[in-house]
Amino acid sequence: MENTYANIPKEKFEFASGRDMVHDKRLETKPRSYMQDAFARFCKNKGSVVGAIIIIVLVLFAIIVPFFTPYQVSYYDTYYTSTLPKNNLFASTSFWDGCEAREDGLATFTYYYAMGQETGHNAVKNQEYEINDEGMYVYRLDSYHKTGMIYINFTLEQYQNVQSYQDETGRQVIYPTVNYSDRPQATQDQQNANYYYKTEGKFSTKIVYDEDGNVIPVYSKRLASAEATDRYTSSMRIEGADGFVGDDGETYYYNYAVITSSGVQCRVNYYEYFTYYHSYVLKDGIGEPLFMLGTTGTGQDILTCLASGARFSFLFAIGVAVVNLFFGAIYGSIEGYYGGKIDLTMERIADILAAIPTMIVITLLKLHMGSASQVLVLFLAYFMTGWIGMAHTTRMQFYRYKNQEYVLAARTLGAKNRRIIWKHIFPNALGTLVTSCALVIPSMIFSEANLSYLGIINLSTGNITSVGTLISAGQKSLSTAPFIALFPSLFLVLLMLSFNLFGNGLRDAFNPSLRGAED
Amino acid sequence: MYMFKYVLKRLGLVLFTFCVIMVMCFVLIKLLPIVVTVQIGQDANIIYRQLEARGYICNVVYNSTTKLWTYDTVPIMTQLGYYLQRIFVNGDFGIGVSMAEYRNQPVWDVFMEKLPPTVLINTYSTIIGVPIGLGLGILAALKKNKWQDQVISVGIILLISVPSIVMGLIIQYIFCFRLRWFPLTMMSGFDYFTWPMFRSMLPAVFSLCLGSIAGYARFTRAELTEVLTSEFMLLARTKGLTRGQATLRHALRNAMVPIFPMILSEFVLVLSGSLVIESMFSIPGVGRLYLDSITYQDYDFFMLLSGFYTLVGLLAGIITDISYGFIDPRIRMGAR
Repeated sequence: MENTYANIPKEKFEFASGRDMVHDKRLETKPRSYMQDAFARFCKNKGSVVGAIIIIVLVLFAIIVPFFTPYQVSYYDTYYTSTLPKNNLFASTSFWDGCEAREDGLATFTYYYAMGQETGHNAVKNQEYEINDEGMYVYRLDSYHKTGMIYINFTLEQYQNVQSYQDETGRQVIYPTVNYSDRPQATQDQQNANYYYKTEGKFSTKIVYDEDGNVIPVYSKRLASAEATDRYTSSMRIEGADGFVGDDGETYYYNYAVITSSGVQCRVNYYEYFTYYHSYVLKDGIGEPLFMLGTTGTGQDILTCLASGARFSFLFAIGVAVVNLFFGAIYGSIEGYYGGKIDLTMERIADILAAIPTMIVITLLKLHMGSASQVLVLFLAYFMTGWIGMAHTTRMQFYRYKNQEYVLAARTLGAKNRRIIWKHIFPNALGTLVTSCALVIPSMIFSEANLSYLGIINLSTGNITSVGTLISAGQKSLSTAPFIALFPSLFLVLLMLSFNLFGNGLRDAFNPSLRGAED
Repeated sequence: MYMFKYVLKRLGLVLFTFCVIMVMCFVLIKLLPIVVTVQIGQDANIIYRQLEARGYICNVVYNSTTKLWTYDTVPIMTQLGYYLQRIFVNGDFGIGVSMAEYRNQPVWDVFMEKLPPTVLINTYSTIIGVPIGLGLGILAALKKNKWQDQVISVGIILLISVPSIVMGLIIQYIFCFRLRWFPLTMMSGFDYFTWPMFRSMLPAVFSLCLGSIAGYARFTRAELTEVLTSEFMLLARTKGLTRGQATLRHALRNAMVPIFPMILSEFVLVLSGSLVIESMFSIPGVGRLYLDSITYQDYDFFMLLSGFYTLVGLLAGIITDISYGFIDPRIRMGAR
């Protein structure tokens, strides 16, 4: 074959470009760092972004809400137990209004209905009711007002304090008392302050009505001319400042207190008393009772407990994760870098520790540290079992990188072991470690919830509570007040769900081999 | 021969780990003060003599003026010797001391009595869970990126995210309180195979198996999609196999290699059960016994049950590893 290109004359050649030097073409695309790349990949996964947003919301909830709720975790209200969630915005609707739908017979219904008639604090919502075909009363019972009246013993000082509160605010707290003999005689009824009306017979709680269909109040009263025995000086009288005229034509006043050995016993409206006690006596920022997510069976505000519990759980989990990361990284580095006998021995130790069920570790620790703080026990237990995973991850990374050329080069240049470990190999493992660290957090919260539920760990001391404690409290009253368990459960589910979604995305994002795979 | 050696080596390691853990537990338990609770109607003398006979204390003296019992403790390693001797010579794991229900009963007998409910509930859950989980996973993998897959995947992520504690609560509230389909807690008694008993177990079984269904389905889907896209599947189709044949004979078989060990190890883990579910549905199982032994500090029970839980965990791990070797010809042959 003839070679056509054999003898091309020299002058036929010319430079491709006019210049002598040929440069690489300048990159027209923008350089992307590893983190940018990972972030872009992460953002592509819609589920993970949603997960991340939910996590942020939950964390913000845990951080911010405890500052804005007036209640404390350690606050227990003896009367507002299992109170339903209420929000003033929804008060006029039949949702989130702190009321429950009830269907009762006449006796129960009138008991609640009469409460509203006396004070205007309607236990039957808006005093609205219907009678259904079976003759039952269908109404919404307001759990904030259903306590109605209670008997409270005041010292004289407290008594005067309430009166000055009444005069200042114009809100009636104290209502006329009812003599012992006029109350229904059954023991539980005699202590019940809600019987202010005449009932049929001594042992019946059935209401007697007058001709107009109104209840007949049986307040304790005295002649206007008689000396006031109850030292009542407030102008807040339901009969008016001038008293009322009885059937016999005399002017009477109601008695608002019964003198006891230590002071006076009064009949107060608990809703008003709660408001008075918190806004006037304690001045702790609580006004009228309002529990956004209701209260537990022991009268704790669920919103406060949940937020504080979540804050504690997050802080605790992050704390444990950081300590685990620190210790596991050191342990794994030594194992992985030196290898050989050191690795073998250290691996066996880690294996044995990993094989002990967490439950047994916690139990043994708890038995040995019985008097110490439960938080410390839990912390130690999670630490003892948690660092092994971190150590394992680090070890794998060390095995992968320690024989690579750049490490060899560093060694040849005289780098010390410590420098090679920290500066040359460890940074490679950091990404994976931080990811696994983040994914450990929900499982730790979940496991803490389990332990609190099982009663092995009891974190609810003082101002600390945890999500698990709340769930186990909720399960006890699942039949009567399912909402108590609902909110902590919802929190836990949301947390797990968002971390699952987030974790999937994070794993993909930090995996460079997936680059461009989705396109 | 290689497999035999491998299995032997793994078993030896497990045994070693187990022994170390148990000795650690024993020592840690014996470091605690001995709880001697003399209930009304019990003779303190008998209790102290019993402890002495078991080799835990010696030189028991009753001081009649101060009305106090004094004793010296035996060195822990000697106690361990007695303990092991009793177990291996007499098969005696000790007797209950502080739990009122099981006082003076042999620990082993109580344990065997408590095992059936736990095992039954978890077996039912596995029997229900495995076929459904595998089925859903296979369906999702075959219909990848179609609506069936989307629905199943969303279901999986939801089910996996609901912790068993919340799942239990939901099931208890809806099916037991509201609909009243099942009793609230498990029936008492020992007739485990009657219909009412089975029905009372169902809520617990459902709470357990919903989570594992999601787990199986997710794993199967991931494995099967990977196998389905591999090249031998293409070859199988080119050979003239129908899609069904190819999936059944080639894809499923290969996908089963990692799935089967997982099911096996789950089957071993069912023995240990779920403490949360057991306590939520009042199942008179091992979990309850374990929690009680912690609350009342009954050390003989605690030792036996700790050993049980540790052993189950270790066995699950080793069975997974070994079954990999037996199932997968590539691993088995590759070793030679």
